[in-house]
Amino acid sequence: MRLSGEELEVLSILEENHKIPVEDIALMVNSSVEDVSSIIKKLEDEKIIVSYPALIDWSKVAGEENIVAMIDVKVTPKRGVGFDEVAERIYRFPEVTSLYLMSGAYDLSITIEGKTMSEIARFVSEKLSTIDNVISTTTHFMLKKYKHDGVIFGENNDRDRRMVVSP
Amino acid sequence: MMKEHQHYLSEMVKELKPSGIRKFFDLAASIKGVISLGVGEPDFITPWSIREAAILSLEEGYTSYTANPGLLELRQEITAYLNKRFGVEYNPVDQVIVTAGASQAIDLTFRAILNPGDEVLIIEPAFVSYAPLVTLAGGKPIPVSTHPSNGFKLTPKQIENAITTKTKAILLCSPNNPTGTYLNKEELTKIAAVVEKHDLLVISDEIYAELTYDDEYTSFASIQGMYDRTILINGFSKGFAMTGWRLGFLAAPKPFTEQMVKILQYTTMCAPHMLQHGAIEALRNTYHEVESMRRSYRRRRNFIVQSLNNIGLDCHTPGGAFYVFPSIKSTGMTSEQFAEELLLAEKVAVVPGSAFGESGEGYIRCSYATSMEQLQEAMQRIKRFMDSLELKQNRVQELSTNN
Repeated sequence: MRLSGEELEVLSILEENHKIPVEDIALMVNSSVEDVSSIIKKLEDEKIIVSYPALIDWSKVAGEENIVAMIDVKVTPKRGVGFDEVAERIYRFPEVTSLYLMSGAYDLSITIEGKTMSEIARFVSEKLSTIDNVISTTTHFMLKKYKHDGVIFGENNDRDRRMVVSP
Repeated sequence: MMKEHQHYLSEMVKELKPSGIRKFFDLAASIKGVISLGVGEPDFITPWSIREAAILSLEEGYTSYTANPGLLELRQEITAYLNKRFGVEYNPVDQVIVTAGASQAIDLTFRAILNPGDEVLIIEPAFVSYAPLVTLAGGKPIPVSTHPSNGFKLTPKQIENAITTKTKAILLCSPNNPTGTYLNKEELTKIAAVVEKHDLLVISDEIYAELTYDDEYTSFASIQGMYDRTILINGFSKGFAMTGWRLGFLAAPKPFTEQMVKILQYTTMCAPHMLQHGAIEALRNTYHEVESMRRSYRRRRNFIVQSLNNIGLDCHTPGGAFYVFPSIKSTGMTSEQFAEELLLAEKVAVVPGSAFGESGEGYIRCSYATSMEQLQEAMQRIKRFMDSLELKQNRVQELSTNN
């Protein structure tokens, strides 16, 4: 779908911060509140804006730390539906947070989150490996998250170091 | 016996006025929790790949001098950039000089072209250093005031009125600091006719060239007949967010640059070697970052112009840079009073327009090179400040009618 320059501007503003009031977006793109609201409605209806989640650093919350693993999966594609059918079987599990079809040495890349290592081990051995067409799995546990979705986690060293007034 | 130290100082230096911004800086720096709209530099940190190139340069040991006008490789990138971006052609070998910031390029220019008593027209409101640099080079700065009625755009008539037999050059800065005013091709062409008629030179400070929001940028050197009369000043500070690197450059006809290189030889020798490698990377691979910063400034400009107008501070829409220059005349205060009271009452720092010349009186410079969150908060505070002024005025009126 082709979008207008104004629609692209609205998207890019929301992608940076979706909590910014519609009134302010209207000022930023030199448009009316009504027009911006209807642009946003359209983008939501078209599922171009998929959702507005908050990016949370759970590792900072005691008792809420998650274990994250990335699993490389080799599968045999199925005639007629290719990888889509087996992908759907996998992404329906709520513990799967992302799933991509990849080029290269394996086919599917899964990100999975769980409370404990054994929870993830159980998912791999009992659920994932037993799916027809899954040939092999390689599980990598994530040790530390430095950057996610373009956002750097942890200490922010990019604070304002400028002088308070300058010519 | 030694006399008072004052006695040994140069009369010219003693007579230089300290920057009008300095006093205000001291006050603002002493207060905690200030939201500053007073900063004359980008809020972006230099793109990482530029920083990384400079780090690599240090690691590889590029710690020697470079040629006086800078690394040839960098000068080649600069001429390619000027050609591609503004359609002007310069020879990288002998027409370009890399300097310690655009300010040094301006200083070099004045020193190279001015004889004692030569006059240089400074278009006000103007950046604080132009006039003092003319004075230091032995020339005489002549202020030319522009008018808010046409958004502070310079007109040929304003120049004509200031020209004397001693006028040597005009310093043009478009987009302008502090007004953000941008002169388009048509307007520059009209100015060029006056320049031609009176046989003048133009020092064109194009440091904000990458930050224009409504029109494509026109370099003064690209105006017909002006190439030979123009010293084009530009740099990396604003467009590439590299203020602290102190890297600028100038491009000019060879007879000018030849003489300027001599001055450079005897003063700073060359710009820092490792930083020049960063600049090469900037021009080669990071233009998309410039574009993304420009988009971000544009949104903030739209936001702040409309917000200030909604608050009741009359503000034209500037075509470039990252400043707006709203009028505070409706408050009846001087710009210095306004800035000071706003700072004390609401902890928002702006720069009084009077710091940029007489015609800046009645205005304040607000820089929108700060985060949207800060801008939103600043607008609320300014609104509260304006409301409190109105309340005060109403009360005064009530009292006077009651009496």
